[in-house]
Amino acid sequence: MTTTALNWFARHEIRLAWREWLAMMTGGRAGRRRAVIIGLLVFGALLHIPAYAVIGRYATLQPPLDRPALIVLTATIVLGWALMLSQAIESVTRVFYARADLDLIMSSPVALPPVFSIRLAAIALSVTAMAMLLATPFVDVLVFGGGLRWLAVYGVVVAIGLSAAAIAIAVTVLLFRTIGPRRTRLVAQILAAVIGAGFVIALQIAAILSYGTLSRFAVLTSDAATGFAPGPDSMLWWPARAALGDTGALLLLLACGLLLLGAVMICLSAGFADTAARASTGVVSARRSSRARSFRSGSRQQALWRKELVLLGRDPWLLSQSLMQLLYLVPPAVLLWRSFNDSSVAIVLITPVIVMAAGQLAGGLGWLTISGEDAPDLVKTAPLPPSALIRAKIEVVLLVIGALFAPLVVALLLASPEQAAVTALGVIVAAASATAIQLWFRVQARRSQFRRRQTSSRLATFAEAFSSIGWAATSALALSIPIAAVFSGVMTLAILAATWKLSPQRD
Amino acid sequence: MVLRLSSGPFDTMAPNHQALELRGLTKRFDRPAVDALDLTVRPSEFYALLGPNGAGKTTTLRMVAGLLRPDAGSVSIMGIDALKDPVAAKQVTAWVSDEPMIYDKLTPLEYLEFVAGLWGIDPALAEPSARELLVSLGLEANMHERCEGFSKGMRQKVALAGALVHDPRLIILDEPLTGLDAVSARHVKGLLGERVRGGCTVIMTTHILEVAERMADRIGVISAGKLVAEGTLAELRQQNGRGDTSLEDMFIALVDHQAAAA
Repeated sequence: MTTTALNWFARHEIRLAWREWLAMMTGGRAGRRRAVIIGLLVFGALLHIPAYAVIGRYATLQPPLDRPALIVLTATIVLGWALMLSQAIESVTRVFYARADLDLIMSSPVALPPVFSIRLAAIALSVTAMAMLLATPFVDVLVFGGGLRWLAVYGVVVAIGLSAAAIAIAVTVLLFRTIGPRRTRLVAQILAAVIGAGFVIALQIAAILSYGTLSRFAVLTSDAATGFAPGPDSMLWWPARAALGDTGALLLLLACGLLLLGAVMICLSAGFADTAARASTGVVSARRSSRARSFRSGSRQQALWRKELVLLGRDPWLLSQSLMQLLYLVPPAVLLWRSFNDSSVAIVLITPVIVMAAGQLAGGLGWLTISGEDAPDLVKTAPLPPSALIRAKIEVVLLVIGALFAPLVVALLLASPEQAAVTALGVIVAAASATAIQLWFRVQARRSQFRRRQTSSRLATFAEAFSSIGWAATSALALSIPIAAVFSGVMTLAILAATWKLSPQRD
Repeated sequence: MVLRLSSGPFDTMAPNHQALELRGLTKRFDRPAVDALDLTVRPSEFYALLGPNGAGKTTTLRMVAGLLRPDAGSVSIMGIDALKDPVAAKQVTAWVSDEPMIYDKLTPLEYLEFVAGLWGIDPALAEPSARELLVSLGLEANMHERCEGFSKGMRQKVALAGALVHDPRLIILDEPLTGLDAVSARHVKGLLGERVRGGCTVIMTTHILEVAERMADRIGVISAGKLVAEGTLAELRQQNGRGDTSLEDMFIALVDHQAAAA
């Protein structure tokens, strides 16, 4: 394959990545492009405010840093790396399953290793570019407050982006070769979710167990962590030193990232075609039902219930997201367990976390059951009034939420009946609100299009998030400052009323 | 064999009703898609609805199936006003589109169980019927496999089995043979013929004119949302003054004539 052809293919890959990103942002509507660009610019500008609040005080940091500062900076970089790794695993999995595209490439008269090398490089580039975009407000704040030396942070982002992409490619290919293509899709999704959230959650759990607080910094700046950390010349601090403007450390970091990606591409691109081919055939391999049983009797609504529950149980997105929600619930659960032994007021923090998780999960479930219907013609031609269909779908969402969150509420009941009652009410209201928003903004889509649900209606996405946050805040305030809870509850109801007013299904 | 699975509204329907009666059926999008269409399909009839692309065939059938609301006109299925009482009309109707829409994560048997449940069919009757349908469509080995890996033809067969499992009195099919191999197509044609002999009415669109020529009792040709010709093959030949010509030649002549008139 000539250099010209490789350049052409690289341009093609970048164009595809750009259009996919743009379609994600615009919800596939060409007319929205200008609005999306303006919206992103405004959002980027506004992001400078929280960036300043979070990172502004560190802009004047000068090397050499003490150990606690090095630990915090390194942990922040590791968190960024974990998030990029999570994103890269998701991207690599998607490339494996883009079957029509792979068929075309593999049936064309080109040498496959260089083509797949470019594809892998494009993944690294897109992951790094996205991370650089997100890092920009933070770097701006640091440069504004501490000088141009902070531009080195961009170099660190590139270096960790390259290494994250390399590891993601290696992990995904390894999964394909060990557990097979069908399981890889699910496992990779779960892995991406766990890696993305795992680092923060692990720090939170450590903080709770050691200090009885949800603050991650308590662990990072503790004497134990400082005592365990290596000396100032350790390689472990290279990323932190590079971020602070140490050119030597930055160049070493970039070289390591490039070498790692290069090695992975050289070692794996030759077998990538084979792996991709196995992926495309593996997906269609038969998956047999584990048990044969007779048809069950029941009403038409019960038939709908059963169908929705079976589909939810077999949905890989739901499995990974449920796991994610459960992971986020681990720190408050640990806090709850620890609070049985003392009278910590920190237990109040559990309620908003549970309510928020219930709202978010109900939103996802609501989309899958209400909008994500793979056989819309079938259910529309069934002899049932449309209201009965919708009611059955809503009942399923609330049933699943109830089943998932009831054990937590029961556990809370043992610690504080009042808090358990407030939490239960919060879960019900948050789940009902998120489901109602999904109902008002329902669109016909396939379940596999779930990834794009948040771009189909920005209003619904924001309303769902604000509703969950609002009910979480209301339930927390109900336990601490009840009068403020009234205000917060009215505000959240106002958000819901405004959302309903603007929704297309209002009539 | 055609099983009678349920005692639905059609047991109480008055005899002498047509299987399908459309009067003044109209639907506009940016232009009239169906234009004051009058159409009658008799009970136990195999009716083929033909027409060029964009003629309004699918729009017509989607209105009959209750998937689209007409702008004007009436739809009567087995004497039931489908616009006033859609639930009763749907109880006796089945719809299969050219793009099979089934659940990837269900097995064919689970899919048929769901369909039977939606139509309120007794499981003791539905299950043997479902198994028999899957066997007759060549899906016996796949009935416990999830549909996610199925080819388009296999998915089409599952969708067709779903349409037949609740023993409808009117089966509406939009290009049902798309994606089927020759053997499967023959199975499907055999099943449909068997249903018609058992008293069921089939209305079908197809671009495979040979199927219409060989299977249909009557043929309707639709163009620009209007019925431009209707009758048995012999009647169509007579109407067009082409005694021994094929349906394909007649169809092309009719469509060309309509295009020239427009």
